[in-house]
Amino acid sequence: MRKITFSEAINEAIFTAMRESNDVITYGLGVPDPKGVFGTTLGLQDEFGEARVFDTPTSENAMTGIGIGASLNGLRPVMVHQRVDFFLLALDQLINNAAKWNFMFGGVCRVPITIRLIVGHGWGQGPTHSQNLQSLFSQIPGLKVVIPTSAYDAKGLLLESIFDDDPVMFLEHRWLYGLKSNVPKSSYRIPIGKANLVNEGSDLTIVALSYMTIEAIQAIKELEKIGVNCDLIDLRSTSPLDFELIRKSVKKTGKLIAVDSSSKSFSVASEIIADCAIESYDYLQKPPRRVALEDAPAPTSFGLTNSYYNGALEIYNEAIGLLGIKEENTGSKFIKEKPHDVPGEWFKGPF
Amino acid sequence: MNLSELQASMLRIRLVEESIANKYSEQKMRCPTHLSIGQEAIAVGVCSNLTNEDQVLSTHRAHAHYLAKGGCLNSMLAEIYGKVTGCSKGMGGSMHLIDKSVGFMGSTAIVGNTIPVAVGSALAMKIQEKKSISCICFGDGATEEGVFYESINFAIIHNLPVLFICENNLYSVYSGLEVRQPKGRKIFEMVRAFGIESIHGDGNNVQQVSDYVDLARGKILSGNGPQFLEFDTYRWREHCGPNYDNDIGYRKEEEFLEWKKKDPLKDIFENKDLDLVKVLFNKFNAEIQRAHHFADNSEFPSDKDFQQIINS
Repeated sequence: MRKITFSEAINEAIFTAMRESNDVITYGLGVPDPKGVFGTTLGLQDEFGEARVFDTPTSENAMTGIGIGASLNGLRPVMVHQRVDFFLLALDQLINNAAKWNFMFGGVCRVPITIRLIVGHGWGQGPTHSQNLQSLFSQIPGLKVVIPTSAYDAKGLLLESIFDDDPVMFLEHRWLYGLKSNVPKSSYRIPIGKANLVNEGSDLTIVALSYMTIEAIQAIKELEKIGVNCDLIDLRSTSPLDFELIRKSVKKTGKLIAVDSSSKSFSVASEIIADCAIESYDYLQKPPRRVALEDAPAPTSFGLTNSYYNGALEIYNEAIGLLGIKEENTGSKFIKEKPHDVPGEWFKGPF
Repeated sequence: MNLSELQASMLRIRLVEESIANKYSEQKMRCPTHLSIGQEAIAVGVCSNLTNEDQVLSTHRAHAHYLAKGGCLNSMLAEIYGKVTGCSKGMGGSMHLIDKSVGFMGSTAIVGNTIPVAVGSALAMKIQEKKSISCICFGDGATEEGVFYESINFAIIHNLPVLFICENNLYSVYSGLEVRQPKGRKIFEMVRAFGIESIHGDGNNVQQVSDYVDLARGKILSGNGPQFLEFDTYRWREHCGPNYDNDIGYRKEEEFLEWKKKDPLKDIFENKDLDLVKVLFNKFNAEIQRAHHFADNSEFPSDKDFQQIINS
């Protein structure tokens, strides 16, 4: 099977959806521009025309409401914003309308809108260009929140999101766009709410999401070398959240680390630990741990981001700490050749 | 619809609203309720020109729009009573009315937030090549929201079949225009500067409202783009609730009395054909009484109904 990048997989999912249904439209600031939202919307306007694929005014709130109105009339809008942070201007339309419309009118008005939002990490993006707001959206009943890691999942989950009858927040991590995986050319869908067991092991459960799954994969490889075998669960969506799979795993391992890309308080990781305390208390052998960011806005300076962000090293250290393994200089296992604030040498900015 | 039909429609709405005000203290209608008394001419003048395929979205003050568009009276009152037979199965209350069968697509409780939804409906109509228009009713307060400008701007760019109806009743809750907008501003003139055809009329003159809307709808369907109409009117009762509130100090009794002289229903009350008027009163009051009875005797939604809707 061929390998394509995460951004190519997103692009392919939108192409597929728009071919499958004339009801699908795609819009957002920069959708038809030469960069095509990190390549994810390239070629769409050429294929499907200006009526179904269009650029927009810089009006996040109205464009969200317009998507709601269009979706109430049978269309399936796919809206994208270059940053989740920009979309915060649209919280009225999202929270008061999209999330509640079907409920507040007695269940007869579905709002099948998909809102693609890009979340970030490092490279000077700072406090208002790199927030990871999955827990904020997951707290709103009526919204689904999808947050894929692999290119394969991105395509299957985006297709599922577009054809879901409810509003879906689709969070794409900026650092995943260049990562490749096997992706079928055909159309396929992955159900929302089913997490992915990336690795099986009986010593420890690690739950991660989005880019942090990539860091967790590196951590569990090193843990294997010292004889620690982990269940690694990639959530794929935070609302609904696949608590069943986590409970099943914790029942087996008795130990849990929840890894999140957001600040720690009231995070998805916190919710997972809360569920574990309520539902899996009898199986727990050790107190669960949480790997998430300090409760602070993201710093911009290169001098601060290394200690602010977590990665494989922090996950590894929490794991051996939880297991009571004493080890010196664990940092030597995770020496990065690239600068710490980019996903790879290929990343040169400017945004 | 000739003048007497327009008047009859306004009278029916007035009597419904007064029945709600009269029964509100029974504490059976347990939700915030914003009455349209005094503003009926705009709802009737607008909706009398629309077909069932034309859509209307409205605000927290939606009763008149819903009824003028042909929304079911029983379902509206049942909704206000919080009953499962309500138009939103009791999930919405007075501020969340809907009757899709007649093109009344909903009303919400957040100022300005149905404006982009109506523009989105118009976008869908354009893409789907439908011969209908989307109409959005809102107040003067909504013109102070950013989303108002954003929505009109987009509607102009895409030449969408949308009719903006601004009901200027001078107040946003208790705050008058003088503390909210620059002195001398005319909303319709400001909007015209955005690049949209915009005119201003007497919102208490139902025939004028109807004529302006007829013209505007024709222009929209001929491809001339979105249209904006501002109508002056006045809210007779308190912002939210059944009472008059001219005594609490934010506006003067004299101002209300001036507007009362311009009652949109004055022609019907001054009509010499007393028998005809009496027949209408009796007919509507009987219908309204039955509707209250229906609402009062309907069931509340059950926990099962609630679960069914949230899990649907």
